[in-house]
Amino acid sequence: MSAFWVLAVIIIASAVWTISASKPVYSVVALLLNFGALAVLYVTLSAEFLGVIQIIVYSGAILILFVFVIALLSSGVAPFATGPDRLPRIWLPGGIFVLASLIFLVYTVSSAPLNPARPSGPVGTANVFGSVGDFGKALFTVQLLPFEVVALILMVAVIGVITLGGELMRDLPASRQETKADRAMREAILREGTD
Amino acid sequence: MPVSINHYIALSTVMFFIGVLGVIVRRNPLVMLMSIELMFNAANLLLIAFARLWLQNVGQIFAFLVITVAAAEAAIGLAIIVTTFRPARYVDVDDVRSLHG
Repeated sequence: MSAFWVLAVIIIASAVWTISASKPVYSVVALLLNFGALAVLYVTLSAEFLGVIQIIVYSGAILILFVFVIALLSSGVAPFATGPDRLPRIWLPGGIFVLASLIFLVYTVSSAPLNPARPSGPVGTANVFGSVGDFGKALFTVQLLPFEVVALILMVAVIGVITLGGELMRDLPASRQETKADRAMREAILREGTD
Repeated sequence: MPVSINHYIALSTVMFFIGVLGVIVRRNPLVMLMSIELMFNAANLLLIAFARLWLQNVGQIFAFLVITVAAAEAAIGLAIIVTTFRPARYVDVDDVRSLHG
């Protein structure tokens, strides 16, 4: 019970930190904290497989991708980090959104609970709700179509990324000459070192 | 104060609107993409909370689908960002003119 409040505070604070950090790397760190707290919350909701997937896919893959792109883009000469400087122009819609969020928050918390959460079996045991076995059995029997759709989506994403990366690669040969000279110099230095 | 489904709805709402605010306010495309991830996760939290409430697997499987879509979206979005902003030495979505006719 008290775990929810601690995790909720961590999640909201790190989400605010994500959108208000001045540098994108800080946003990535805040998002890492957010996803970690969310994974713990998933485990408390007896979705242990999704908690693990949250850590592996989000914290492990997506955030590393963000860090790579930040490193790739910030190698330029111009200052990369821009703060939340659109705020003065956008305060009216932003205020409306915050107000709507608060109204909905007060409404949901103050209204009567729909149904108290029923206890399920102990976490980690097979064949109880939310365990890996239960989830996998449902995924591969009843819910096979979403699984196939996932495979299709991932293939489309891979093809799209390769297409976009291919466009990026086509711009390279203009500067290929100097990199070749750089490589020759590096190999010369390496030869000197081994002799 | 026992935790009910309403608290999960409230937490998910707050997280979603923080993500919306991030997309509106920030001009850095990377932080906008991270705000979109926040919104994905708010939806996921709600799906998993309701799956726990009704003890149905379908919510968890749909959350799994959302995680996959989010991963694909992050990969393609970051590839687009790199393609768009690598030749230009700035990162500001208001300065992108390549889609103007």
